[in-house]
Amino acid sequence: MEQVIQQVVNGVSLGSIYALIALGYTMVYGIIKLINFAHGDIYMIGAYVGFALTTFFNFGFFPALIVSMLVTSILGIIIEKVAYKPLRNSTRIAALITAISVSMFLQYGLMYFVTPQTRTYPEVLPNVQLKLFGTNAVIDLKNIYILIVTLVLMVVLQYVIHRTKVGKAMRAVALDGDASQLMGIDINKTISYTFAIGSALAGAAGVLVGVYYNTINPLMGSVPGLKAFIAAVIGGIGIIPGAVFGGFFLGIVETGVSALGGSLYKDAVAFVILILVLLIKPNGLFGSNQKEKV
Amino acid sequence: MVYSVVTRRRRCKEMFDMKIGTKKNMLTFGLVLAIYLVVQLLLNMGILDSYIEINMVIIGINIILAVSLNLITGFTGQFSLGHAAFMSIGAYTSGILTAKLGQPFIVGVIAAALTASMAGVIIGIPTLRLKGDYLAIATLGFGEIVRIIGLNNDYIGGAIGLNDIPQYTNWTWLYFSVVLTIFIISNFIKSYHGRACIAIREDEIAAEAMGVNTAYYKTLAFVIGAFFAGIAGALHANYFYFIKPDSFGFMKSIDILVIVVFGGLGSITGSVVGAVALSILSTLLQGIPELRMVIYAVVLFLIMVYRPQGLMGDRELKLFKKVGVVNGNASSK
Repeated sequence: MEQVIQQVVNGVSLGSIYALIALGYTMVYGIIKLINFAHGDIYMIGAYVGFALTTFFNFGFFPALIVSMLVTSILGIIIEKVAYKPLRNSTRIAALITAISVSMFLQYGLMYFVTPQTRTYPEVLPNVQLKLFGTNAVIDLKNIYILIVTLVLMVVLQYVIHRTKVGKAMRAVALDGDASQLMGIDINKTISYTFAIGSALAGAAGVLVGVYYNTINPLMGSVPGLKAFIAAVIGGIGIIPGAVFGGFFLGIVETGVSALGGSLYKDAVAFVILILVLLIKPNGLFGSNQKEKV
Repeated sequence: MVYSVVTRRRRCKEMFDMKIGTKKNMLTFGLVLAIYLVVQLLLNMGILDSYIEINMVIIGINIILAVSLNLITGFTGQFSLGHAAFMSIGAYTSGILTAKLGQPFIVGVIAAALTASMAGVIIGIPTLRLKGDYLAIATLGFGEIVRIIGLNNDYIGGAIGLNDIPQYTNWTWLYFSVVLTIFIISNFIKSYHGRACIAIREDEIAAEAMGVNTAYYKTLAFVIGAFFAGIAGALHANYFYFIKPDSFGFMKSIDILVIVVFGGLGSITGSVVGAVALSILSTLLQGIPELRMVIYAVVLFLIMVYRPQGLMGDRELKLFKKVGVVNGNASSK
């Protein structure tokens, strides 16, 4: 029982990270139908900005979180303007390869400046551990911080998407780009906002992961990037609650598999889930079936 | 693919006249043989040293991979990000057979091609339901699963890899594998079956409505593509002595896809040119290891922005041009 609670606690923390990254994936895919492979690397950059701020400038946890969200959102906008905008009307495959090239550029470009070595995050949060329900299952203060930050960001995101004009524009563009342009929505601006919000969430995930696991390196983004993408697909890509569900689901399944002794296979399990979901319900668990038009 | 009446008549005539011993075919055959003999001679005389030989092997393997992926992605329009998985299955099959079971290379190569094409069936059939991006992700997942299984299998060395594979790949094996791949795939494209594949790429629904068995041809494309990727894997394993699952990861699949897109989707000549150009670029960049990937990324990006259709588009380079050919090759989207 203790084991189960402990694994759920760990799984929820990992799932929060996946969910935050998956949100950005799903928003970007929803709006420009591009698998933004560079998204995992924006998360990595977020972790490095957080590392620089806490180590060299002695920022606290929250200031570092907010500043690195700002930096990554600006980075997201720049990437979209420089790399994706020229290719908006090109083929899917060209856009995909561009996304991969941006991803490589960020990974290896940063590696050139910060060297490939692993960095250790300073202790920015007090190391407090609480026992749950009188059992030996331990919940770290970090777990609580991660969960709270994730939930707050998600509530803010829901508010932005459903209650503000920008959010309305984003939903409209995701539904039908041309029609929304005819209605007077500035598509370029809306896409920039989407990238900014998605990248800010990834940046937050980066700082959280740095605080939680302590170590970061320039290639840390690729695997969680793919996992977050799987999470987005599980929930139904383009659907925001789906990405959150997928993130938590994947996080808990993965920690569960590791706990049962299959830690070497945990990545394979994620991909098996992905393929099963794609085969059984290609539009994701939250997605509705779309009829193909001839 | 709509042919004008004239083109169709010409094609019928061509089919009727089809003989193996035409002048054109003899010329091509002679050229192929001449290149082989000249390079073999230069290798024997030591003018082409081992450094050049390694690069020739890399280029040859990349050509096989690119041409076979072009059949899947360029001609049939099925977006695959798991081509390296087929290569790894071939490499391990041949590696195990030659290194652990002491079989001759020919057995290794054939077994590699067959096991890889079986994997092609396994990946081909379930992905029939998927299209576009979803298919890409599913094939990516398949590739990662193959890699992780390889990492955790102790018989084949796990993450450390499989060592001491005998070096059987030489210029003869390499050259004739490349020629065979290009020959078979380019003839396949021109056949009835190949046209069915191209029809699927152009418009799957229309193709189905015209009676093309789309499920069969999509799987067939995966099987043939995987077959040659398996051969490439065997050549790789039996040249470099040593293979490990991580050499056939996601990035390797991307590298192959980049060659195909760079050369031009739906152009076999393009794949060959792309494989040569990008392999040379990659070799040249090895001098500056820190910036190698950065430059590679920038080059990739520039190609995609300025020439998204690739070097050759979907055109082919014809050695012996026919006069007055009106080829109704619709541009692919």
